[in-house]
Amino acid sequence: METLPQLRDRIAALFPGADVVLVTNPSPSAQHALRLDAPHARAIATFLRDDPALQLDQCTNVTGIDWPEKEVVDVTRTTVPDPAGGAPRAVEEKTKRIEPGRLEVVYHLYSIALGHGPVVLRLVTGNRTDAVTLPSLTPVWRSAEFQEREVYDLFGIVFEGHPDLRRILMWDGFKDHPMRRDYREPDDYEWEPTPHGDVLAKAKQHYPAPTPTPSAPSTP
Amino acid sequence: MSDPTFNAPGITDMERDELRRHGILLTGLEELYNWGRSHSVWPLNFGLACCAIEMIAASMAKFDIARFGSEVFRPSPRQADLLIVSGTVTKKMAPQVVRLWNQMPEPKYCIAMGACAISGGPFKQGYNVLKGIDRFIPVDIYIPGCPPRPEALLHGLVQLQEKIRNQAISGPAAPRHLQAEADCNCPIPECGAHDIEPTRNDALWPKPPELLRPTKT
Repeated sequence: METLPQLRDRIAALFPGADVVLVTNPSPSAQHALRLDAPHARAIATFLRDDPALQLDQCTNVTGIDWPEKEVVDVTRTTVPDPAGGAPRAVEEKTKRIEPGRLEVVYHLYSIALGHGPVVLRLVTGNRTDAVTLPSLTPVWRSAEFQEREVYDLFGIVFEGHPDLRRILMWDGFKDHPMRRDYREPDDYEWEPTPHGDVLAKAKQHYPAPTPTPSAPSTP
Repeated sequence: MSDPTFNAPGITDMERDELRRHGILLTGLEELYNWGRSHSVWPLNFGLACCAIEMIAASMAKFDIARFGSEVFRPSPRQADLLIVSGTVTKKMAPQVVRLWNQMPEPKYCIAMGACAISGGPFKQGYNVLKGIDRFIPVDIYIPGCPPRPEALLHGLVQLQEKIRNQAISGPAAPRHLQAEADCNCPIPECGAHDIEPTRNDALWPKPPELLRPTKT
């Protein structure tokens, strides 16, 4: 199979106007991904499935990622020549910026016919609140149906064009999306003998330590 | 035996067992009634998670729950005496479990099988698993394990039979089905916007005590 940069260039040539970005993965697994833009996603997905050289006919995994809004510090290093004639000094300039929150869907594609894969696709929403609609890829790969329902249930991403978009794990009347980072589960903590971590924080909240009572004055 | 009038009068259990060894059967209505009940406990054919696999193994030839008279797994709660809550009870499933319990006729018994059914198990701190079925229905026997071996289920069944044999058939200690005014139904929780409502049956599951943890010095 062609490499991912080659594939990106071929897609860019075939779909003018499509914003296809190669997202590199710095971890040892090096599973780089292609980030597609929402308007062209389904056409590109159909191309990936039907192209004779790719034939990515199986979608094994659909999952979601929640990226909450966070502050990022960019460090730019510049060398400043010393006016006194000494060695140039390295100066670090730190700029803060707010990285907006967003939700992401990841698709893993394989080819049964040609035996290659995975090709990883990513789709990103506009934000985490109101622009959470993405095109469904269930019309392209039927196996994405239940997994997109799961992503809708747990992350709250709305898939446009999904044949049956309902919650799949939680009940229909449930209002939250439990896999989002800012989800807080209902507080029905129950005493445990050895709490630790988050559970310890809850334990302290529910069972506060007694205020130290002044000990009775010892009789002489 | 709490009510002596239904037992053979003027004779101790030891003397009665001694007579039995010599082939003389002396019994009372209560003992006979409970003996019959305890050896025909029909479980509901109902499984929730991996514990259900062990329950199925217990019902098969190798472990053979039929030795204890409980091989008749009923497909309908109307015909069942025993609800084996075998596995994780999710909050989505909890109303259905309580509904099944309400549909079972008295006398009925409940076994909480495995860590999840007892307390939520490894999912206790999660958002979608009930922290023990005893918050909603009265549990007679708890079987710890994750999952319990089939032998443990058989042991739990034997313990339940022991419990049935020791039930009085009259008086205030009588089981629910022999008390005319006893309410046998448990309120069914509803799946709300964030959690099941209510989160517990207050008649069965009292509010935990206000425990104070001493500070470590």
